[in-house]
Parts: sequence; structure tokens; C-alpha cells
Amino acid sequence: MTHRQTGHEAGVGRRDFLKSGGALVIGFGLREVLSAQTTTAARGAVAGPPDARQIDTWLAIHADNTATVYVGFAELGQGASTALLQIAADELDLEMTQITSVRLDTNVTPNQGGTYSSASIARGGPQVRTAAAEARLALLDMAAKRFNVASNTLAVSKGVVSTIDGVRRVTYGELIGERRFDRTFTGSAQAKNAAEYTVVGAPVPRRDLSDKLKGTYTYMQHVRVPGMLHGRIVRPRGQRAYGVGARVMSVDETSIREIRGVRILRRGDFIGVVAENEWDAVRAARQVKVTWEATSALPGSDNVHERMRATKTPEEIVVDRGDVAGAFGKAAHVASHVSRAPYQAHAPFGPNCAIADVKPGSALVMCSTQDVYATRRTLGTLLELPQDQVRVQYYEGSGTYGHSCYDDAAQAAAFLSQDAGRPVRVQFMRWDEHGWDNFGPAHVGEARVAADTDGKIVAYEYHGWQHNWSGTEASAQLAGERAVEWGGGGGNAQGVQGVNRLTCGGMYQIANLRLVNHKLPVTEYLKAGWLRSPLDLSFAFASEQAIDQLAHDLKIDPYEFRRRNIADDRWLGVLDAAAKRANWTPSAPARRSPAEGASVVPGRGIGLGTHLQSWGGAVADVEVNRQTGQVAIKRLFGALDAGLVVNPAIVESQICGQLVQTASRMLLEEVKFDTSGVTTVDWASYPILRFEECPDVTPVVVQRLNERSMGAGEEVMAAAAAAIANAFFDATGVRMDTFPFTRARVLAALRHA
Amino acid sequence: MATPITVNARSWNVTAAPDTPLLYVLANELQLQGPRFGCGLAQCGSCSVLVDGVERRSCVTPVSAVAGKSVTTLEGLPAWYALTHRLARTPDMHPVQQAMLDEQAPQCGYCYNGMIVKAAELLSKNPRPDETQIRTAMNGHLCRCGTYPSIIRAVRRASELMTSEVRR
Repeated sequence: MTHRQTGHEAGVGRRDFLKSGGALVIGFGLREVLSAQTTTAARGAVAGPPDARQIDTWLAIHADNTATVYVGFAELGQGASTALLQIAADELDLEMTQITSVRLDTNVTPNQGGTYSSASIARGGPQVRTAAAEARLALLDMAAKRFNVASNTLAVSKGVVSTIDGVRRVTYGELIGERRFDRTFTGSAQAKNAAEYTVVGAPVPRRDLSDKLKGTYTYMQHVRVPGMLHGRIVRPRGQRAYGVGARVMSVDETSIREIRGVRILRRGDFIGVVAENEWDAVRAARQVKVTWEATSALPGSDNVHERMRATKTPEEIVVDRGDVAGAFGKAAHVASHVSRAPYQAHAPFGPNCAIADVKPGSALVMCSTQDVYATRRTLGTLLELPQDQVRVQYYEGSGTYGHSCYDDAAQAAAFLSQDAGRPVRVQFMRWDEHGWDNFGPAHVGEARVAADTDGKIVAYEYHGWQHNWSGTEASAQLAGERAVEWGGGGGNAQGVQGVNRLTCGGMYQIANLRLVNHKLPVTEYLKAGWLRSPLDLSFAFASEQAIDQLAHDLKIDPYEFRRRNIADDRWLGVLDAAAKRANWTPSAPARRSPAEGASVVPGRGIGLGTHLQSWGGAVADVEVNRQTGQVAIKRLFGALDAGLVVNPAIVESQICGQLVQTASRMLLEEVKFDTSGVTTVDWASYPILRFEECPDVTPVVVQRLNERSMGAGEEVMAAAAAAIANAFFDATGVRMDTFPFTRARVLAALRHA
Repeated sequence: MATPITVNARSWNVTAAPDTPLLYVLANELQLQGPRFGCGLAQCGSCSVLVDGVERRSCVTPVSAVAGKSVTTLEGLPAWYALTHRLARTPDMHPVQQAMLDEQAPQCGYCYNGMIVKAAELLSKNPRPDETQIRTAMNGHLCRCGTYPSIIRAVRRASELMTSEVRR
């Protein structure tokens, strides 16, 4: 294999290196190598995905009575890798100390689909559980044969199978250690029911944290391979309009002539530099003089919403129920809210990094993707290699929160490696990641809600203007690939950006309801991708403010108003849980006059929302300084019902992170651009929340032991966004129609009130 | 021309050009995994190290600037703690690391190099910081996953661990 570490630079010996705590060695752990040697077809020798109906695809039992589980979901820093092992441990009757997993690899791990839409536990959990139950059944069959008893008379504890009298015992390791099962799923393996779980539901410590804290965890950014070059990409600082791209007019190679050993590599408008020494590559990418064609296809961030709203679009009806127009016509109270939401960036804390080793007939690519198989598919096409000659290995980077530049970095490394004829490591710089992200798209939302005199919501209408995600990475596009819409260019792909039927009124019982998408073209806007809880903050910001306004107009407490209009237990559950933990005191809101009283005014708000599943509720406490426009979020309470929560401690941590990230997105985050390109290319121009601004956060896990597990990584953000907006109104009597709540925007809103 | 530097109490002669940021020397020549690239602009704290006990951003510090000084990275923090607290044995983890593990604080964990280094510096100067002092001291370090509240709790816990160790 080409990717095992052998030599070292600068005279650092391997022994010294190991002593220093480093762990840069690439490839499989010892366990993997051992099991590969003793199984018939060495694991990793052929391209995957392996057959999902075979037990061996999912599990290997070792002689020391431990197990390796092959999981198809990436650890994105959210703890799912620990939770999936809890499920396997429970089903196999193993302790957590007896079970481990390996890195994702298209030659090794099964294809469970991508690690997005909070699918790790919701979709991956049942798959892992089924595989583990099948393996347990196979092991019990083996033990039954050995003891000549019926398999249903056997008991298992810690991987030791024993007869009912406890006299005869055999370990899993003794039954099959290091050998293959060679057994297809029977379909008859009975998975345990919730009452039998011992590991699932427990706050088991995460497996990755000790190494992460000691510095012994190998992130993608740490990986080095023998013979590799360091690469950097050369682009304008800040992307241009999607579909317009950035055209190279000239490259002045003499501009970097004093940096020895640097090569400029080019494919159309895709430019990279490679060098033996990393600092030389960094300097060269910064210094090389490239003249780019001037463009002005973008509307600019100050005018983008106006262009979006004015664009003629086909009306795509998401839901149309009852007689919406008639109900609005007869209603006693109508409230509406028009809102504008910005493009926001994934901005992973460590910019993406990838290593590619592309040879004439094959390629090995190491990167931080959400889906190794999807990344392999695109790379195969771009490199003109058959799928089974491309191998993609996953290395965790920093948190990605959706489709950051990981594919872009992988493609850049692949292009540079193919052209350089050597392995190349590409590390995106901060301005590459911030400037060329697949941003969460901007949104214009118009929500209108009506109620009768009893406070019953009778009509609801939501119109959303947004464009879809982009389907071509910047590297590919600059190299000449067509800029297409996500879903292959045909448009209309399933499951992409559109008004969310849960967050937009879906929590309330409303007889007459209409949701409409206004689908904008994907080009001549910014390149876009799914950003954690895609567009849900924007939807909730419009929808839940209109709901809140209606409560205010009716002089009904906003918590009570929501209670009256919810029939679903799960929505009521999170609403009550958030309100209770926040010690919500019902009182008819009294609209404050912005002109009088203290300069700093407190407010409290409540909100509901989710992504595509699960239920989220939140309460926010804010303080608004009416003189300076400064908004401080003091406290956030977030309640989440994600069905059976496999690891409540991890989900609490996820809720807290969602609340803090939402505070950041509501107060600070906004991609700015002029007609040429993006201008927010670092943490100074695109600030995020810091320690001093961080609210106190309180997570509430609404545990439902007998319900199906659902997503927990993004489902409280919309509710929190709504609660923050409603708290601002409670404090000031003014409804914000745009976020983030910058000082200038707040002062302008207060002035115009 | 080699630059003599001391990292985690060990001496090296580094051959990199003197203007090379310390980060690239630590990551490539010394193959350390603590300090890591985040922005290259001293904006985020990903690359932080201690230079003579003071937190510095290694991404903008030329290697020549630390010649003759003592650099401590995440990897060297337990030994640095043992030395500065006159412990007989180097612990497996600095109390800040232990407290962060106890709190299960990280999510992706990438920013924790800087978080740990900065918190260790803070506690070396102020063993009993209150919450406001922690927030102020740590304010130059970003966490994109939003784990600030857990970090604040962990720093307080580390402070308790350290003061109880001193009493013992």
C-alpha cells in the first residue's frame, strides 16, 4: 500500500516521534491488519460497498472476545460513533470496552448513505441493530450446536454464551474469533425490545474525547504520506457568482520565481501550487500574480432579497388544504410577517484538508466527507477512473455542520496529484473556506396567519423564496465542469431546499393551510449547500413571529396561545418542557413603548420548530440596549424530543451546541458580497459568537423510550431562532424583519417603529 | 542556517527558513499534533502554544522569534504542569484536560488545543478565576461547535482540581 508512513523529515526518528505522542501513521490499525490476514478475502482489498446482507460486512469477532463493528456513518464530532456502538453492544450483549469500530473507507465499510439529515441514529441505528441481532443469532446457533442444546435455552453476558445451568460456557471469540461468518441475514433475528436495553439510554462517555484532549487524535489536517507535496489553491479572495465562475486572464509565473521548487499547476481556471515545503506553498499561493476577469453578476448582499422577491418564479405548492382564502376573508384577526435571512457560512474551525494519490489507473483520496461513496462517485467522474479504482478514506476534520468545502478540497487535491504525478496534500486557507463555501442560502419568507375570537388559528399561508443547493464544486467548475443545480442539473431534485412543512405551521392544528415555494434559479447567486438545519431558522423566524404577533394581538400569552392550537402530544411535550424548565410565567404581554424607560430592556420569547423530523421547543431571554442597539442573549432553554435517545449526555451536548450556534447565527453571522464576489473571508469580517457573548444554555431531553429514534443534531435550532426573535419583540415592542441582529439593524428598526 | 529551539523541554536545530511560522515547524518537522492550522491570521487560537509560559499564536510567530525560548505545546502540558507545580510525577493529563474529559466538553474537539493551552495559562496566573475572568481570558478563542458553556465549567473544575492538589 502506498499510504503507510515510513520516513520522516528533519531527522526525527520514528521512535522519538512515537515518544512525543504523535500518531501520524496512516492506514489501518493493527487490529484491522490482523483480521485482514486471517480472513479469506482480505478486508480492504476490493472496492466496496460490501454486501449489506452479509454479517461479515458489519461485524468481525476477534479471538480475545472483542468485536469490530463496521459502520457507514462518519463521526462528525457529534458523538454518533459512540452511540452506534452502544446499539451494537446492547444487541450483542457486549460491554462497551469489548467493541470498537474502524474508519470509513470505500473498500471496507458498508454504504449506509451519507451522514446528513441527522441520519446516523435514525437510519443507521436500525441497520446496525439488525446486523448485530443477526450476528448474535448466528453465534447462538454455533454455541447450541457445540453444546447440543436448543439455542433459545442459552444466555449471553459480556460475549460469553452459557447453558441455562451455567455449567457449559464458550466465548464469542472461541466460537468464531478471526474467522468469517459467511452467513447471509436470515431475516428472522429478533432484535431486543426497549425494556431489555442496558447500554442504550445510558450516558456512556464518548470514545473519541480522551485522544482529542491529549492531542493524539489524528484529524485529517494531521495526515501526511510519504513522497507527498504540499498544495494550495489559487483563487480570487471570495467566490464570484455561481455559474459565472472566475476566469483567468493571465498568470505571471515570474511573480514567485524566488520561491524555489514551487510549481504552478493549471486546468482551465483551476490553479494550484505545489511544493515540497508547506510554507513555500503557502507563500507562493499568496504571492503569485493572477489577473482574473472582472465580473458583476451578483446583486450584492444589500440588494439580494429585493432581487429574490422580484424574480418571476413558478409557484410550487407544497401543501394546500381547506379554503385558505375564504378563511382569511372571514377571520377576526390576521397577523403577518415578512422576513429576510442572510447567506450564512459553515465556516468549519479548521479549513478543509485532503490528500490524494492519483496514479494512471487508480486513486486513493483521504478527506473529511459526509459520504465516502458520494465523494468517490464524483472523483471517479472527474478523474475519468472507474469507481472501483477509486478509494476514499474518511478522516475527521473539524465540525462541518453540513456541506462545507470538503468535496472541493478533495477534488483540488485529486487534480493537483494527477497533474503533479505525486501524492498531494491540499490544506484550504481560511479565506478559501470562508470565501468559497457552499453557503446556506438566503431566504425571503412571507407568513400570514389568522385566528378567530377564541384564539383558534383558522388560516395559515407561507411563501418562501430561495434557490436550491449547487451541484458542482468550485474546483470542478473552475476546471471546466458545468455549474449545475444539486440533484444532477435537471432541477426538481427530491428533498432539497423548500418550505418546511413541519416548521411552517406544521405543529399547529390548522384547517386551512397553504405553503408555497418560489424556486429561484441557482446561478447568479452564491454557491449553496446544506447548512445545519437548512433554512429552518429562516422559516421559523418568519412563521413563529407571525404566530407570536397573533397571540399578542389577541392579548393571549404566547405559550398559552400555542398550547391552545396544538393537538400533537410530541409538540406539546417539547413546548411544555421548555416552558417548564424556563419557569415560564403566563401573562398577557404588554407592549412596551420604545421611547420610554431604561436603555437596557429585558424580554422573553418562546418558539417551536424542527428540521425534517423530531420536535423542538425553546425559550429565550434577551436584553436589548436601545441606545447602542446591542442585543445580548442571556439564557436559552432548548427542549428536544428525538424519540428514544440512545445517549442522553451526547444529545444534551448537541442541544447546547445548537443553542449557542443559533445565538451566533441570529446575532452575528452574515455573508457579505458586492456585485463581484464575497467579501467576508475570515473571522474578522465574518464574526461568530465568542465566550463573552455566550448565553447560559439549558438542554432538556424529552426521552421517549418506546418511540423510534430520530435526529438530534439540528432539530432545536429553528425553535431557538424563533424564541430569540420573539424575545426581542417582548423587550422592545418591535418585530425584526431581518437577521442577524446587528447594532445598526436594531437601531434602524427601533427608530422606524 | 539552523535555528535552535526548545519544544517540550527538548532541543532542536530547525532547518526551516527563519521566517517560517512556528506552526509549520511544529506540525511538519516535529510532527506534533497539538498546535494545528485554523486561520493563519491569529484570529482563532487553533495554533496556540506557550512561549515561556505565555500563550502565543504559532501561525504568525516566526520560528526565529522563539530561538532560545521555551515552547510548550499541548503534548508537553502535563510535564510543564508537573514542573511548575513541583510534582514528583508527570500526570497523564494536565488538570484542564482532565476536567474537560470529566465534563465531556468537546464536540469535534479541533479548537481544544487552543482552549486547553489558554486555560492552562490562565490558571497558572490566576488559580481561582471567576466566570467573568474565564470568559474574558478565553475570549480570543473561537469554538464553532458552541461548547463555550462546557469549557467554562471545565475551567472552573480544573481550578478546583488544582487547588485541592495543592492542599493535599
